[in-house]
Amino acid sequence: MVSLKLSSVEARYGRKQVFGEVTTPEIHGGCLTALIGPNAAGKSTLFRRIAGQLGGGGAVSFAGAGREDLRYMPQDSGTSAALSVYEAIVLALKQGQGGWRLDRAELAAIDLVLRTLKIEPLAFTQLAELSGGQRQLVSIAQTLVSRPRLVLMDEPTSALDLYRQFEVLELLRDYARDTGAVVILALHDLNQVLRYCDYALAISPGRLEAVGPTVEVVQPGLIHRLYGIRARLETCSRGYRMMIVDGH
Amino acid sequence: MTSASDPVSLAAPATAHHYARLVLRRVTLLAALGVLLALSVAVDVSLGPARYALGDVFRTILFPAQADLQMRVVVWDIRMPMALMAVTVGGCLSLAGAQMQTILANPLASPFTLGLSAAASFGAALAMVLGVALVPGALMLMVPLNAFAMAMATAFLIYGLSSMRGVTTETIILLGIALVFTFNAALALLEYFASEQALAAVVFWTMGSLTKATWTKVAVTAAILLICTPLFARRAWALTAIRMGETRAAAMGVPVRRLRLETLLLVSLLAAVPVSFVGTIGFIGIVGPHLARLLLGEDQRFFLPGSILSGALILSATSVLSKVLLPGAVLPIGVITALVGVPFFAILIFTHGRRKW
Repeated sequence: MVSLKLSSVEARYGRKQVFGEVTTPEIHGGCLTALIGPNAAGKSTLFRRIAGQLGGGGAVSFAGAGREDLRYMPQDSGTSAALSVYEAIVLALKQGQGGWRLDRAELAAIDLVLRTLKIEPLAFTQLAELSGGQRQLVSIAQTLVSRPRLVLMDEPTSALDLYRQFEVLELLRDYARDTGAVVILALHDLNQVLRYCDYALAISPGRLEAVGPTVEVVQPGLIHRLYGIRARLETCSRGYRMMIVDGH
Repeated sequence: MTSASDPVSLAAPATAHHYARLVLRRVTLLAALGVLLALSVAVDVSLGPARYALGDVFRTILFPAQADLQMRVVVWDIRMPMALMAVTVGGCLSLAGAQMQTILANPLASPFTLGLSAAASFGAALAMVLGVALVPGALMLMVPLNAFAMAMATAFLIYGLSSMRGVTTETIILLGIALVFTFNAALALLEYFASEQALAAVVFWTMGSLTKATWTKVAVTAAILLICTPLFARRAWALTAIRMGETRAAAMGVPVRRLRLETLLLVSLLAAVPVSFVGTIGFIGIVGPHLARLLLGEDQRFFLPGSILSGALILSATSVLSKVLLPGAVLPIGVITALVGVPFFAILIFTHGRRKW
């Protein structure tokens, strides 16, 4: 089983410290972990620090996998590249490798991820012609095609319709369970967090507020501290815990 | 999600077949560009003040020992260096433009956007007007050496400033534009004080011409192309990734900053050497990559050779055009590339610009 641990991790943009001293217990693979916090709390920065794109003190340690097994999906920024969906996925799969040719296993991996995300019909559509949601699905395909053991996704469902949001979250939960990968998702929808994520990290600007099982972290008190809203937890008739927002 | 090694998945998926057809189509297009280029070179060699039949030219190229002396000298010592200079210069400038557009994420980026050409012109003018040698060397090489030294000095200035933290692609482009204006103003000042003879030489040099091509210049330009191409080929996946956006490329593990700086250095070399030999030849660095992009997309495995071939083909075809437009005279090729390039570029923009750049 793969795991990830942060010890006194800090991140800097030049001389400016974005956050400091983030320490977590071991984050185990096999389930989804949510990263929650208000805008500009440093969620993307924390991801970039874990992915090795930003410097700073402290240690990011992996067990059962190395940094080469890590894939980070940033928020969608659009592209005008003259590439098809298939080529974009090939590109992600071959990144860091020397060869120009694709073997049968690689072709099968691409086909699998296209089918799993149900974007096969778009395979030879140009990226510039896709909608925001379709682009997000391509980004997810690019992230998962090499079957990484450490996955960081920044708001992977933000551009998707409701049906696709649940489909993708179920897919990611299955992926984590099947591969034992550590999958951390930055999410804003707390009901999705409660429903799909077993663990949660909550950050506010500059610091880690809480980390632990989702049901313990996503509590009205913390939510009020993070977002300044009044909310309560209720259990629906099907047994799901739901966060009801009363106001601010 | 099941494993990629699942035997069901390995049963040749339909998308893989489609992709294989796409790859085959692109390889065929590259081969077609190569054939067209070879034909264009042959036509280019056959044209000149003395008209030779294409068949005789082919025979002289393939069996020089059997050709008569006059034709051998004309074909091998005069026309062939010019024709091959068009190929190597076109390839270099187009490749430079292609990679510059890639790293700067700007469709109008070319060796001239960053002021390399303007710097080369100013360096050449320094030699022609003031007799100033920036690099000690043979007197007859003063003009190309000055042009090269000035272009590379500018490249290093841009490289140095680009290495500074926080410098974005927009900053590099704005800096390039500022350098273009600066060198053009300095060139105008030199022209103002130049003698009539020196002024004519400067004006002719800045028009761009292949007439001073020699086998040595062809060899040097080809060597630069042969050195730079494999270096870019090794970075093919990373360069393609950078077109997805810097954030996405960095997330894929591409060292964006380092790649941008390395590419900038190689591009400078690719632009500075041909410009120092043939003067200012515009639009190849813009039109060549755009043609390659339209035909082959931006997967660098195809885009890279495609840019070289399309740039070489355009300049070779322009060389042919420069000989036939005014029978008995060879027009400066830089003028023709601009005249042909502008409408061609406009067509590219209006027919395909809405889809992608």
